[in-house]
Amino acid sequence: MQRVTNDFTIRVATVNGSGSQSSNLVLTGALFRMGIPVAPKNVFPSNIEGLPTWYDIRVSSRGYTCRTRDIDLLVALNAATWRDDVASVRAGGAIIHEATYPLTEQTQRSDITYYAVPFAALAKEHFPNADLRKYLLNMIYVGVVAELLGIESAAIRSAVEGQFRSKPKALETNMLALQIGVDFAKNHLVKSDPFAVCAIPGNTDHLLLIEGNRAAALGCVQGGCSVCAWYPITPSSSLCENFIALTERYRGDKETGTRNVGIVQAEDELAAAGIVFGAGWAGARAMTATSGPGLSLMAEYAGYGYFAEIPGVIFDVQRVGPSTGLPTRTLQGDVAFAYTLSHGDTKHVLLLPGTVAECYEDAMHAFDLAERLQTPIFVLLDLDLGMNMWMTEPFPYVTQPFDRGKVLDADDLTKLESWGRYLDVDGDGIPYRTLPGTNHPNAGYFTRGTGHDEFARYSEKPEVWQRNLDRLARKHDTARTLVTAPICEDAGNTVGIIAYGTTHHAVVEARDILESDGLAIDYLRVRALPMASSVADFIHRHERVYVIEQNRDGQLFSILRAELPAHLVARIHSIRHYNGVPIDARAIVDPLIALERSPVVVAD
Amino acid sequence: MADVTVNIVGLARDVYKGLPTTLCAGCGHNSITNHLIKALYEYGVQPHQLAKMSGIGCSSKTPAYFVDQAHGFNSLHGRMPSAATGAKLANRELLVLGISGDGDTASIGLGQFSHMIRRNLDCTYLVENNGVYGLTKGQFSATADLGSTLKGGKVNEYDDIDICGLALELGATFVARSFSGDGKQLVPLLQAAFSHKGTAILDIISPCVTFNDHEGSTKSYAYVKDHDILLNVPDFIRLGREITVDYEPGTVQNVELDDGSHVLLRKIDREYDATDRVAALSLVHETRSRGEFITGLLYIESHRPDLCEKERLPKKPLATLTESEMRISREDWDRLMATT
Repeated sequence: MQRVTNDFTIRVATVNGSGSQSSNLVLTGALFRMGIPVAPKNVFPSNIEGLPTWYDIRVSSRGYTCRTRDIDLLVALNAATWRDDVASVRAGGAIIHEATYPLTEQTQRSDITYYAVPFAALAKEHFPNADLRKYLLNMIYVGVVAELLGIESAAIRSAVEGQFRSKPKALETNMLALQIGVDFAKNHLVKSDPFAVCAIPGNTDHLLLIEGNRAAALGCVQGGCSVCAWYPITPSSSLCENFIALTERYRGDKETGTRNVGIVQAEDELAAAGIVFGAGWAGARAMTATSGPGLSLMAEYAGYGYFAEIPGVIFDVQRVGPSTGLPTRTLQGDVAFAYTLSHGDTKHVLLLPGTVAECYEDAMHAFDLAERLQTPIFVLLDLDLGMNMWMTEPFPYVTQPFDRGKVLDADDLTKLESWGRYLDVDGDGIPYRTLPGTNHPNAGYFTRGTGHDEFARYSEKPEVWQRNLDRLARKHDTARTLVTAPICEDAGNTVGIIAYGTTHHAVVEARDILESDGLAIDYLRVRALPMASSVADFIHRHERVYVIEQNRDGQLFSILRAELPAHLVARIHSIRHYNGVPIDARAIVDPLIALERSPVVVAD
Repeated sequence: MADVTVNIVGLARDVYKGLPTTLCAGCGHNSITNHLIKALYEYGVQPHQLAKMSGIGCSSKTPAYFVDQAHGFNSLHGRMPSAATGAKLANRELLVLGISGDGDTASIGLGQFSHMIRRNLDCTYLVENNGVYGLTKGQFSATADLGSTLKGGKVNEYDDIDICGLALELGATFVARSFSGDGKQLVPLLQAAFSHKGTAILDIISPCVTFNDHEGSTKSYAYVKDHDILLNVPDFIRLGREITVDYEPGTVQNVELDDGSHVLLRKIDREYDATDRVAALSLVHETRSRGEFITGLLYIESHRPDLCEKERLPKKPLATLTESEMRISREDWDRLMATT
């Protein structure tokens, strides 16, 4: 039997509400502490208790972090999904299961190893407290897995300590449960699967494991966000909750009891957006976080922000929608919607982070862009990025000052004879503004959505409004030069890939697979909309470009088709993944190879 | 030399004027605008510290017609309270004046209206209430009384929403009703509202001469004049000014406002206590059932924490905070990164 070291995926199948999250985090943390690259993905239901939930931990010596559909080691602790879970394991894999689960015609496979563990009986025997028992049962499985894979006990101990830092009592009980698992495996199980771990000293010591929502919240703190208005919605809630916790900890003044932030849990998402633009109008850096359904409600204020030219930052942690059913599944489903959110000729600026480090950077950058461009900035994460933990380098400490944009204060106004709120003085489409509270007789102006001339005076004249729309289009072109440029890896191949957001992680693995099959492919990752001209240049340099994204209709593909020069449109092809779980490499490799085998002839 | 009289902040009355109105001649809203100009002038509001907020509708156009120097925000239909909330959080030194109408407040904006009150946002919130949609040409609003008619004769089959009753029920800390034609009552009410910390609701019956001033309307000039029952007449006594009004004991209720100013309520009904919420609710229900408008300061509760206090905001406006006041320090950052 060939040993498989540091390259496999563990799936833990449990029941929602059974407390398996702590155990999963301990297992993930222990592997990470051994220097082994890990990528956990929580696949959970919209439910508090009772429905099935899965936690996949991908261990990859090459550092791949996208989902994989190949499950090597299953921990089966949910009777309801037992049959399906067995079927999900690939040939050569192994299953650790509750000993009482039946091995029938459907669940007895000859190509996998079974480890029966009497979890319930062990827990009952050792833990008389029935309430605690269900939680501790999960820690027993961590012990079993640790013993079978060879996870170092010091790494486990350290992970448990990390998990129960604030609950020292729980620490020892959990260590005890863990040891029960270790001992059982030692005494009763015969290792007969190929999977093992091997420490890579120093490999991950400098790295963090962090969720995108927390990373974005850190960016909001360092980006100077001082007003947060939100309405709870999965998968975005933890972004605001992290922001609240961080500001409580770091923005408080112990002497006065005050804190340098205002937070409102609003009555709905439209109110949250109204608070953001009211605050932006009055000069604060404000944000809200939501998901697709909330974004729908924000549409009217998003358009108001665009036309009245008010800064504001809207995080959209994308998910499947609308309504309930699959609110806990991921999708890149709001790109086209957010890009033109609201009525009229709105065209918004979208930032598209693909990593947790980019969540941090883009969150900070969003506040500068919002004030520089005087417009709503949308930061689009997705559930996979926002709610799962990812490895990353520590985020660099930011020292550059905020860019507060074109704001005239009382001194500026004294020097100016007159000023026009919507006057394009600098030719970049961005006008100057004043803030309420500016002590100067010329400071005030009247804000309304439409029907304003260059001096914010009421006007219904057709030429005045058209001039304003043309200026807004110029501003959009300025935005094109201010947003983060696409990341391009171009080695002069004939075929290219365009992707964005979390699709990136599957592209990384897919390109390696394709290259090992003899098909080297160039790659451009779009980081923001509006797109820089380098996107068209990239397409121009390639015969065929595959636009890969996680939605049914190819939303970025459609935007590209609409915006590209006509002669480039035929070069782009769409590959899509949209079943609610994160995209994996095979979802790219298989259709791409099929398309390459029958390439469309492109005529220039 | 022209005689230019100025107010306590040294500004002439003209400073408090705005653009000419574009509303119909005789519209109650124009009277309210004039009363507002008087109230703001006499109160001595600094134009740069005033934020004029409104929603959508005839009423919401009026912020353009006073204090031209102040910042104005003509927001979305029914969604002004949220913008006002954001503006106040960003700069708590602003005097936030919200102007809304009955459609804006009682239909499309009912949610935001309610939650503004629930949070006790420090602002003065006027409902210029005429029971009808003007800009869309004469549909009933949610404050139209049951059985009242449209200009074409259509009868309203639905119960009305009473702005004051609702505000009281939601815990508003300042609830008044007045009539656009009664400047004597409205001006001091507005000034008391400016001094009140928290949401001050003023439901002002303001007849629509074009769509709702006919027989059968319960918001017409004629109907309001016949059914306006005076509860009290307020006097606003600014902080530091001596109370010089002579009054018979028991005829005046003296209420201290949050900034130390006072409002003296000359009572018509000697038994009424304007700090008793239950009495206020009863009074609203009783008068409503008789088809009457009770006007005056119905309820006031000073010294309740407003949103900015509940949110533990610093004195300094959030909009002016700097990098060092908002960023995690390098030392804390390194520690945070090391322990994540």
